[in-house]
Amino acid sequence: MNTSVERNFKIGDPILEVNNISLSFGGVNAITDTSFNVLEHEVRAIIGPNGAGKSSMLNCINGIYKPQQGSIAFKGNTLSKITPNIIAQMGISRTFQNLALFKRMSAIDNILVGRKLHSKANFLDVALQLPKARREEKVNLKKCEEIVEFLEIEKIKDTPVGKLPYGLQKRVELGRALATEASLLLLDEPMAGMNVEEKREMCRFILEVNEEYGTTMVLIEHDMGVVMDISDRVVVLDYGKIIGDGPPEEVRANQNVIDAYLGVSHGE
Amino acid sequence: MSAAISTYSKSDYINFIVLMVLGFLVIPMTVNSDYWFTSILIPWLCLALATIGQQVIMGYTGQLALGAAGFMAAGAFACFNLILRVDGLPFFGALIISGLIAAAIGIVFGLPSLRIRGIYLMVATLASQFFIIWVIDKFGWFKNYDSSGIITAQDIVIFGRPYTTPVDMYLVILVVVTVMTILAINMARGSTGRNWMAVRDMDVAAESMGVSLLKTKLQAFAISSFFCGVAGALFAFTYLKSLEPVAFDIKLSFKILFMCILGGLGTINGAFIGAGFILLFPVLLNYLGNNVFHGAIDATIISAMEQVVFGVLMIVFMIYEPLGMARLWENIKQRLFKKKNK
Repeated sequence: MNTSVERNFKIGDPILEVNNISLSFGGVNAITDTSFNVLEHEVRAIIGPNGAGKSSMLNCINGIYKPQQGSIAFKGNTLSKITPNIIAQMGISRTFQNLALFKRMSAIDNILVGRKLHSKANFLDVALQLPKARREEKVNLKKCEEIVEFLEIEKIKDTPVGKLPYGLQKRVELGRALATEASLLLLDEPMAGMNVEEKREMCRFILEVNEEYGTTMVLIEHDMGVVMDISDRVVVLDYGKIIGDGPPEEVRANQNVIDAYLGVSHGE
Repeated sequence: MSAAISTYSKSDYINFIVLMVLGFLVIPMTVNSDYWFTSILIPWLCLALATIGQQVIMGYTGQLALGAAGFMAAGAFACFNLILRVDGLPFFGALIISGLIAAAIGIVFGLPSLRIRGIYLMVATLASQFFIIWVIDKFGWFKNYDSSGIITAQDIVIFGRPYTTPVDMYLVILVVVTVMTILAINMARGSTGRNWMAVRDMDVAAESMGVSLLKTKLQAFAISSFFCGVAGALFAFTYLKSLEPVAFDIKLSFKILFMCILGGLGTINGAFIGAGFILLFPVLLNYLGNNVFHGAIDATIISAMEQVVFGVLMIVFMIYEPLGMARLWENIKQRLFKKKNK
């Protein structure tokens, strides 16, 4: 559905290129010689059965894991010596599969941490409440209030996130990633464990962000219906290898993909 | 008490004014026993300041560091030597430099936190406690080659006026503690504190948001040690009135740790509540022993009781109220206000 409408941000050139990545833990290969790209402004889905290496892939892009082989290039720069911190500075933000919120902090404070890269005041400015720090805090707070409003979580913004239901926590986490104003968002199962209604809302948020700000999205999702609905292109991973790559309709018709999902045994 | 608002709320101003009137006017005018100043108020403020330091590193940044007393010793001996060797250095100047020296040492001993965490870090930071005391003992220069082992602290002189009476010293400390508490609250509520807490709650996510773990942890160690250093200097110059490394032993570090936990991890007012409780508790027990039971209970039993009750309290708080007495206080306040509204 996304491809048929006229979009504010036309899908452009590759913004992220993953070239021949291999990652193994001990003797177990999580990802084997995998390549794909992500185009600017597109919504790219990564799907695959459990243990296919989807989250490992995001962790490689994000700098948490260091692939043994291959390279990743973002906006034409090869990411070498990468740490999550440097990746964030380059404009990639993310959410996590098993929620990685700051549990004892309120929702708005969680989102405010996402403004870190837009904060220039150092601890002395903050301690002495110099005009610089105050001004910056005001701007950041305003920005985060906008995100809170957009995600419709005004009521719970002062609640410690550890006390929130799962669906809302997922939303706060999306908010935190949005607050970074990153050009590429990695969403690791943003809709896992949600009911139909919550999923629909989450889809709406994702598409609206993509539409409004042109943010490129890479998302992992299990619900095929959701994937078909919101993504422009889909990568299918199975046992750490790519078995399908293309528009949703094409991937859905791919025999390898069907086999992987229906559990046809490998190596035949 | 949302940490998001950096400008102060109305209740902040009210609290501030009430506390200032109480601290600077009511207490000096109504309390006329030196005992209360020298044995309760002065050590309370000093240890509360050190506990804020412990809060920064443990309560806010989540790094299990044990060794506050070591940094207090560093601050105390730095202050002693600065006043001794630098002519014309004002007391507050010496105090700030002492804090900075403690902060520098804190950064060095904070380095292990980049590799290890939890209980292992606690063991590693214990090294600071023993190392600092050992260095001070080992090299006579720090003690100005005094052979007695106990050095009398210099008088506090500010703008040519000596501050030596208990009330005077109390006021000097109160000024320092007030200023530093405000700075701590500003940091804790602002972006600095959010970065600390992000590292505490989920370091991988914090890093993915662009928070540098290296910078944030070392910054917290430095600030924590700065507070401990200043607290140590004040503690030595006003409470102990002498400088002896033994006064800053591991027991004091544990005491500060308990003040931090009982008061409530990750709270600034908890530092004051925790320090007050731990200081006043033995006084209260003694009072009960003497006045309620009229000496029927032996003093040794009372001091043993103290240990037992402390232990039980620690366990109870860990289980039922990890946020400590500061949270209890919040709950009580809320209930009172609700009743008033009805």
